[in-house]
Amino acid sequence: MQRLNEDEIDEVRKQNEIKYDFTTNVKPAYQVQKGLSRSVVEEMSREKKEPDWMRNIRLKALDIFLSKPVPTWGPDLSELNFDELTYYIKPEDRKANSWEEVPKEIKDTFDKLGVPEMEKKYLAGSVAQLQSEGVYSRLKKQWEDKGVVFMDMDSAVQKHPDIVREHFGRVVPPSDNKFAALNTAVWSGGSFLYVPRGVHLDLPVQAYFRMNGALEGQFERTLIIAEPGASVHYLEGCTAPTYSQYSLHAAIVEVYVKSGGKVRYTSIQNWSDNIINGPTKRSWVEENARMEWVQGSLGSKITMTYPSSILRGEYATTSNLNLALGIGPVWKDNGAKVVHAAPNTSSKVVAKSISGRGGMSVYRGQLRINPGAYNSKASVQCDALILDDISKSNTYPHNEILEESASFSHEASVGKISEDQVDYLMSRGIREEDARSLIVLGFLDDVLKEIPLEYSIEFNKLVKLEMNKYGAVG
Amino acid sequence: MISNVFSIKDLRVSVGEKEILKGVTITVKSGEIHALMGPNGTGKSTLAHTIVGSLRYKVNSGELLINDVNLKDLQVYERARAGLFVAFQEPVSVQGLRFINYLRTAYSSLHPNEKLEYKKFVEEVKELLTYFGLDSSFIERGLNDGLSGGEKKRMEALQMLILKPKFIILDEIDSGLDVDALRVVSKAIAKAKENGAGIIIITHYQRILDYIKPDFVHVLINGKIAESGNGDLAKLIEERGYEYYKGGEASAKIE
Ligand SMILES: Nc1ncnc2c1ncn2[C@@H]1O[C@H](COP(=O)(O)OP(=O)(O)O)[C@@H](O)[C@H]1O
Ligand SMILES: [Mg+2]
Repeated sequence: MQRLNEDEIDEVRKQNEIKYDFTTNVKPAYQVQKGLSRSVVEEMSREKKEPDWMRNIRLKALDIFLSKPVPTWGPDLSELNFDELTYYIKPEDRKANSWEEVPKEIKDTFDKLGVPEMEKKYLAGSVAQLQSEGVYSRLKKQWEDKGVVFMDMDSAVQKHPDIVREHFGRVVPPSDNKFAALNTAVWSGGSFLYVPRGVHLDLPVQAYFRMNGALEGQFERTLIIAEPGASVHYLEGCTAPTYSQYSLHAAIVEVYVKSGGKVRYTSIQNWSDNIINGPTKRSWVEENARMEWVQGSLGSKITMTYPSSILRGEYATTSNLNLALGIGPVWKDNGAKVVHAAPNTSSKVVAKSISGRGGMSVYRGQLRINPGAYNSKASVQCDALILDDISKSNTYPHNEILEESASFSHEASVGKISEDQVDYLMSRGIREEDARSLIVLGFLDDVLKEIPLEYSIEFNKLVKLEMNKYGAVG
Repeated sequence: MISNVFSIKDLRVSVGEKEILKGVTITVKSGEIHALMGPNGTGKSTLAHTIVGSLRYKVNSGELLINDVNLKDLQVYERARAGLFVAFQEPVSVQGLRFINYLRTAYSSLHPNEKLEYKKFVEEVKELLTYFGLDSSFIERGLNDGLSGGEKKRMEALQMLILKPKFIILDEIDSGLDVDALRVVSKAIAKAKENGAGIIIITHYQRILDYIKPDFVHVLINGKIAESGNGDLAKLIEERGYEYYKGGEASAKIE
């Protein structure tokens, strides 16, 4: 990953001074009435002109959703009232393949977010979603020519029904959890990425998800398939304007990494602080394949996300790098799940969290090494930094090592910023708040350096902002 | 050359309930090297930390001044900006904070009016790493992270040169250094002196003073200066041992 010095970072930051808190004034092309029912699901499916098999998947999932209780083991979700949400809002009828075709108001939105700019600079392809639907998607021609497909998920159901049908809901079945059932019932938008055998994309593709109103639901669905020997880096960015009332974001991401393939999935969510965020992300990793999850959690009121990898084939590997800022009245419930289901598989989890101003950061992990997964290796490291006395951090690792020849290590640390460190840096002329930022960013560095610059500067900016607040109270 | 004066005036300092420094006076001018010697636990590091301005060290009376500027109300970083540099006896490490990034931030903070040319700066730091016999990969490494005691001391000496302070306090910079490293660090101190810095070398061995001759020597015993003299005093201390000050006349003088 490229490393810049502070001057250069400041420069990029100036160029990227992004404001997320604005609303797009669009009159939706279509929307369902609020609340969730069989007829709402049927209406969505009809509006999308979906094949029967998809409608049936939705309806079955709805039953599962209704039969499952709201999870109570983590953050307080009592505010969530499924009857007052609007489940499907289509901002625009047309799906554009060039920014010129995107209606002005929507294009302005993504311009402000820097999406077309990022695409020009360093992406092989880009999907942009506002509310419930993809409004734009484009893949550079050289990759199209190689058989790569990258488009919004609704279009994929129409254009590549066989591939979608074969893979949809196999890694994350609707029965997995309540939010997964909900997503499967009312999913809309998201992205579909297919990389044919042996194709290596040397630039990332990106999907950008933007929410727009209060009491909205965004339920995008992403399916990534890397055929044998293929490799790709998928980037995801998420933002929304702030409202006093909440909105719900519950995505599903399913990733197939076939033998010898490699997928990196980088997700940077900077949701506004009224968003309840509960995506389910899981990968299926075949022999000699590799899955890398990189998660940066900056925003949201509540986040519950535990990207998982099922190491299905021999010598499959996965890494899961997690960064969470639990600052302010928020609850970050982050974690990782790994199942070692074949011999000689290996996994590495690194989770770093920061709690401040009353925030709560949780690491919730699940690691299982199945009997017969000979010589598998797993390591879990979770480090928490707590900035003050009113903030909290918890760790719930759940490890099942059922194979004797496997090796497993777990390290956890919880700490505060050391005043000796602050004194040392200050004694070299660095202001207290800057000293604290440097220490916090250093603490995050293991993971931060894996995040593309355009997003990691957001972390830099936020940490500095927060430390300035602390500087004031000493 | 502009001449500056750093004055420690009748300084009394407590840590917790305990008074450690019981009236210490030392005056350092630009270009002078002072050695502050004394046995373990006598308050040498307490003096260094008090100069830094760490809140744990409570000044009961006395003053710290650079020229006419009283350091009393200055925060730690403001004292550094006033021209102080303290090399710590035990430098902390900060994981993940890349040395070059830290050093660059420090430099710009200390010299806000200079436009720092990053590439040149990096080159300069690399050259100095080589000079001190340190690996140039340290530039990208977390600050002091995983370094040996001797390496940390050399990194402190490196910063002393790069950051161009007016007054330098070196707290046992010689501990953990082998003969070669000691020689290089001594040369670096001589360089800092040539550049006009006033320097206090805190040590309890006379060893480093074989390489760099001090202009003045002070002996700190139980929080008080038991004796001050010119460079030759160091030799005398070596011969007599600190015991001399404990039982003998000098001790009677200060009690
Ligand atoms: N942070 C501290 N907390 C408690 N006692 C301290 C602290 N720092 C120093 N002291 C005490 O102050 C005295 C002087 O210590 P120090 O200044 O480190 O001596 P020296 O550097 O000369 O060896 C010792 O008795 C030591 O135990
Ligand atoms: Mg000491």
